[in-house]
Order: sequence, then C-alpha cells, then structure tokens
Amino acid sequence: MKVLMFGWEFPPLSSGGLGTACYGLTKGLSKKGVDITFVLPYSADASDADFVKLVSANNIKIRKISSVLQPYMSSQDYKMVVSKKPAQQIYGSTLFEEVYRYTLAAERIAEEEDFDVIHCHDWMTFGAGIAAKKKKNKPLILHVHATEHDRTGGNSVNQYVYDMERYGMHHADAIIAVSNFTKNKIVAHYGVNPEKVNVVHNAVDLSQHDFRENFEIKKNDRIVLFLGRVTLQKGPDYFVYAAKKVLEHEKNVKFIIAGSGDMEPFVIEKAAELGIADKVLFAGFLNQHDVERAYKIADVYVMPSVSEPFGITALEAMKNKAPAIISKQSGVSEVVSHCLKVDFWDIDEISNKIVALLRYRQLHDALRENAYFEVKKFNWSIPAEKCIQVYNHVLKQ
Amino acid sequence: MVSVCFYFQVHQPMRLRNYSVFEIGHHNNYFNEQKNEAIIKKVAKKCYIPANKIVLDLINKTDGRFKAAYSMTGIVLEQFERHAPEVVDSFRQLVDTGCVEMLDETYHHTLSFLYSKDDFREQVQMHNKKIRKMFNFKPKVFRNTELIYSNEIAGFVEKMGYKGIIAEGADHILQWRSPNFLYKPSGLNGIKLLLKNYRLSDDIAFRFSEKSWKEFPLTAEKYADWVSQVNGNGNVVNLFMDYETFGEHQWEDKGIFEFLKHMPHEIFKHPDNDFVTPSEAIRRYNAVAELDFPSFVSWADVERDMSAWLGNKMQQEALRDIYLLETAVKLSRNPALIDEWRKLQTSDHFYYMCTKWFNDGDVHKYFNPYDSPYEAFISYMNILNDFRIKANRLSEIKVGE
Repeated sequence: MKVLMFGWEFPPLSSGGLGTACYGLTKGLSKKGVDITFVLPYSADASDADFVKLVSANNIKIRKISSVLQPYMSSQDYKMVVSKKPAQQIYGSTLFEEVYRYTLAAERIAEEEDFDVIHCHDWMTFGAGIAAKKKKNKPLILHVHATEHDRTGGNSVNQYVYDMERYGMHHADAIIAVSNFTKNKIVAHYGVNPEKVNVVHNAVDLSQHDFRENFEIKKNDRIVLFLGRVTLQKGPDYFVYAAKKVLEHEKNVKFIIAGSGDMEPFVIEKAAELGIADKVLFAGFLNQHDVERAYKIADVYVMPSVSEPFGITALEAMKNKAPAIISKQSGVSEVVSHCLKVDFWDIDEISNKIVALLRYRQLHDALRENAYFEVKKFNWSIPAEKCIQVYNHVLKQ
Repeated sequence: MVSVCFYFQVHQPMRLRNYSVFEIGHHNNYFNEQKNEAIIKKVAKKCYIPANKIVLDLINKTDGRFKAAYSMTGIVLEQFERHAPEVVDSFRQLVDTGCVEMLDETYHHTLSFLYSKDDFREQVQMHNKKIRKMFNFKPKVFRNTELIYSNEIAGFVEKMGYKGIIAEGADHILQWRSPNFLYKPSGLNGIKLLLKNYRLSDDIAFRFSEKSWKEFPLTAEKYADWVSQVNGNGNVVNLFMDYETFGEHQWEDKGIFEFLKHMPHEIFKHPDNDFVTPSEAIRRYNAVAELDFPSFVSWADVERDMSAWLGNKMQQEALRDIYLLETAVKLSRNPALIDEWRKLQTSDHFYYMCTKWFNDGDVHKYFNPYDSPYEAFISYMNILNDFRIKANRLSEIKVGE
C-alpha cells in the first residue's frame, strides 16, 4: 500500500493536536508496512533536524513545499506572518492565495510520485488532495480533525473555509472523522451521506520520559492546568470563571494557562477584573518537553472546550497521571471512562469537580490510577489499522 | 420430594441528590425526592402491583399450596407509604393469606454488621418492629443486606433469636456439596442455613430474556423439569431473587409474568413437589452438615464477595467516614439526625462508587443513577461533609447540656 499524505509538521514544531495526530498516525501506518509519501508545508526558517530524526523509518518519504501555512491559521495570522518575511521570498498575498499556491505545488508532487490512495488532513490540504485525485485518478480520503464549525463555535463561520471543506467532503471517496461528535457535524452541517464517514478515534504516543523534578511552585500550591490554544474553541474563559469560583472556597491553588491564541488578552483582562490575576499564571506556548512537565505538576487538568472534535490533550493528561475534567462536547469523551465529564458552560459543575479533586485524595488517586491504566489502550496502531481498512475499502469501490 | 422455596427481595434505596461542594454547610436536602418518587411509582406499576396480583391468584387457585417469602427493607416501605400506599395494601393481602412469610433484615439495607454491631442490632430490631406493625407478622428468618454472610453473622443473629438465615450458595464454600439441603452454620445449633440455588435462580433473574442463552426461550415446563430433577438428591430448591426481576429487570413483553403464572402449575404436575416458606423448610428438614463461612460471602457479581461495595479506596473511605460519625450522631439523641445517618449507610450509595466493571458498562451502570462512580463519590462526600458539620453541632449541644 502506497499513500500520498498531505499533512502537517510533526512535534516539536507542531502547535497542537493536528501535528501530533499526523505524527502518531504516520508512525502507526509505517509500522504496519504502509509506504507513505508525506507532503507538508515547510517554512524556510524552521529547522528540520528534529522531525527527520523522529521519522527514521525507511518507508516514509518526506516532501516539503515551501510555504508559511500553519494549522489553525486565520487570515489575520497569515498577514502577520507574511509581513515579517523578506520581500524576495514568494508567498501568496492572502491566506487563500497561499493555500492555492500550495495546491499547485502539491499537484506537481502528485505527478512525480507513485501512490494508491491520497490521504489529507484538514481543509488547507483539501485542495491539494483534489488536485492530486484529478491528476492521477486515485481515491481521495479526507481526514477531518476539526471543522470550521468547531473553530468558530458556530458563529461567524468563514465562508471560504466552509466552502472549501464542503467541496472537499463532497469530492472525497471517503471521509475519516476523529469522533462521532465530528461525524455528526459533518453530516448535519455539510450535508454528507453518513455512510461515507468513518469514525477513527485518535490515540496518544505512549512513550514516557522518566524525569523526576521538584517543582518549586508545588511547595505551597496545588495546580489546576489549562493546556491548549487560547481560542474560543477551547473555552479558556470558562476556565477563568471556574478558577474564580474555586478560589472562593480553596486557598493555595494556582491556575496555569499553557498555550497561546487570540483570546489571550481577553483572558488576562478577565482574570484581573475578577481579582484573581495573582492566581492565574500564563505559561505561553510550551514545547513538547514542557508540555509533559506541565501535566506532571498538575493536580487537575481541565479541558473546557466549547467544541472539541477529539481532544488528544485528555489522553496526554491521563498518560501523565493528571486527573482530567473534560468537556462533554468532545470526541474523546465518547471513548474514555476514567475522566470527569462536564458541560463546558456549567461553571458550577466544573468548579465543584475541581474542588472535589483537590479535597478528596481517594478520588484523585483513583482517577489517576484508573486513567493511567485505561489510556494504555489508546495505541496508534489501532487508528492506523482502521485507516488501512478505509484504504482497502475505497480501493475496492 | 422437592420443595421449592421462593424468597423475593424488595428494596429501593433513597437516592441522593447531586450535592455540590458549594452546598457544604448549607444543610440542604440530601435526597433526590423527585427521582425516588418517580422510580417508586414506576416500579410499583411495572412490577410490584402486577406481580403481587399474580402471586395472590396463584395462592387462591392452588388453595394455598403456592407459597413465597419476601424481605422488604424499611426504606422501601417508607417510600411505599408516602408515594404508593396501594402497594402496601397489596402486600398486606398477601401476608393475610397465611401463605406468605416476611423476613427480617437491616431496616436501611446497610453494611452495618461490618462496621458497628450495635447499630446493626438496632437496625434489625427497627425492621422487625416495622414488619410487625405494618403486616402483623413477626419474622423468624433473617437475610442480611445483599446476602452478606459469614459464621460470625450467623452467630450474632442466632443470639437475637432467629431460627434461620439465608446465604448465597457460593461454589467456593459448597465445593462438592449441593445447595438443595439445609445446613448448620459452623458451631451453631439453634439456627439453620438456607442456601440460594444460584443457577436456577439466575436462570430466571438474569438469563430469562437473554437471546444468546442456549436455553432461550425459557418455558415454565422446561424450568419445572429442571427443578424436578433435584428429586432424590435434595430437599429444597431455594430460588432467591430481586422481586424487580418481574416486570422491571425482565420485561413484561418478554413473557416474565406469563412464566410466573404458569411455572407453579408445572411444578405441581410432579406429585412429589411442593412449595414451602423458609420457616416451613426449617421445621421440615434437618440440616445435613455443618458449613464453614470464615469470611464474608455475598450474592453480588461473579466474585460473590464484598468487592462491589469495598473494592476501591473511595468506597472504603466513604464507609469508614460515615461510621466514624456514630458517636457524634448518637450523642445528639436527635431522631431526625440518626435517621438521616442511617439512610446515608444504605449499601447502594457505595455500590454506585464501584469501579470494577465500569469499563464494561454492565449491570452496575444500568442501576447507577450517576454518570460515573466518581460522581457518586463526589456527591456522597459532599453530603457527608455537610452532615458531619450538622452532627458535630447537634452533639455538642447535647454534650454541653
């Protein structure tokens, strides 16, 4: 089996679940003997030493297209990034032009490469996938990690992005959704035949770095962690409101927000307005190693996402023995038992559960241990196997 | 001759509210009144009323040759009195036939024997009083919560004057022996032991509607055949199960009521068969041997042990904490406080915290009003912390006086 995959940068260069999922899945497929040509946008000033090291398997070939595209990028983000680039480098003047430029480059690669199926990850690569399909007449599979509906919470959906997603979904031979939650969105908001949509839940890299550290902050305080992009989709505002309520009842607790995003100013101001600025710490965007440290120091991990197609961070928290409170509006909540589940808007219940985890040692320990045991079944070989089944299915059609 | 001995368990816990940590100290109501009322009414309609009617008909049609025993917890009776008095009347009718025996147990369906023998005794006495008052019947046979049993429990209730006690016919205790005889608890002479025939009981209680079961569908005729096969190598077949089996766990449209209606007639087709109550079995049959239960055995899950209530640290902590309050609660001499404390002891609260089978989502999940065992624990501990504040305050007032 040969796959032409249009994906995204791997950790540690990636910022979030999309790169992590691409990496885990690619590794899982490679172990099962699938040959992958992995195409990705590549910013000239980034160092590639790391991911070459990460993907050392000889059945993975990396093809890079020089582009500043990044997952989760908005038009504004794009303008900012491009404005900082030297004038002699050629990029599209808008995000959508850049996506188009990427698509043309991808088409050339498709011409050169030999493959059986095309596998794309999220909307920016859908155009590339369709171009490759037209060029070589091979089946196209779209892997949906998030829709425009998740990213915007259903409000002010970007029409261009939505159209691109919809067009791609209707031209694909099969769609892979990361959860039933996402499948339902694809069916309800994009009018796709449910039979075409396969659910393949994500997994987590189960390798562990064994490091022991004494964290200064833990001497006096217990830590409640938010880790993710600080954007509307991830519900950081609910985290801050819950922090306020918890602090009315518990002393010696610090709330850490790890991640960056367009809601950062709002969240910082909100914390100040609520009079808890000294209790809410902003760690900014963390690298892979620090992400793991963040989970390790956390007494409670909270994922209050408004709309979370999957939510790999919940699995990462479980793996690192941080008891997790997760939004019911998430894909991961379909498949895990040993987490506390809440409606993202229910601040009373989120804070009730945070306080319970801080107060009741036995609850904390039971969740830690049971979640750690449960997470072991989320190995990337399972989604890889399911993807291979989808490949075989479309090839038979 | 084979005697069939039916005993049905009737119990509904007083389920707790989802009590938030922010309510601690506010002393709000702990119980989910709405849900409890709705469930009592629903189960009355689906099970208690129609099943009682069938049992009454059976007694009448067989001129009193059909018999059965019931054990009803004090807290289910309280709920009937409040929300479904017609159920009480229909049980009274049954008891009045003289063919129905009432058993004793802890009033609040608790694990008190493991934590406080004093309170265990009081709860059993309370139950005895309640049954006498409501049904004009004085129980002589004891069944402990969830058939939890050991040598020690047998000795304790023998001293309280009971003539019989009921336990699970667990394989690891019986080994090569048969559950279809009466036994003598280890070292005791004044009390006999009746053991549940779990295979035949579970054929009705668990497997009746199970399509993948090779005996599906279970007909009254086939079942009576199995019972009659005990002839010659047993005296009594003890069929012990939750009464909610009829109409609630096994649904009417699956034919469970038809089965109940016809099965006794099929049993009677064999001239050597009859029905007995536990007390009759005790009078009629001798104990064939002494049985040793050095540790606790229950009727729950495949393990038949205490792990459904005490299997994890959350459960152990919650149970230890509620019983630690005994001194304070009793010093208060406040009947409402004592009553509330005992209702918080009901074993179901701890069963909901069981994580054993949580992944598989089986029977524990079906009967669990909470989304997860963790939610059950959180709510319970919030209530316990609120109750502790109340208990300490009320007991200090008494101590000071």
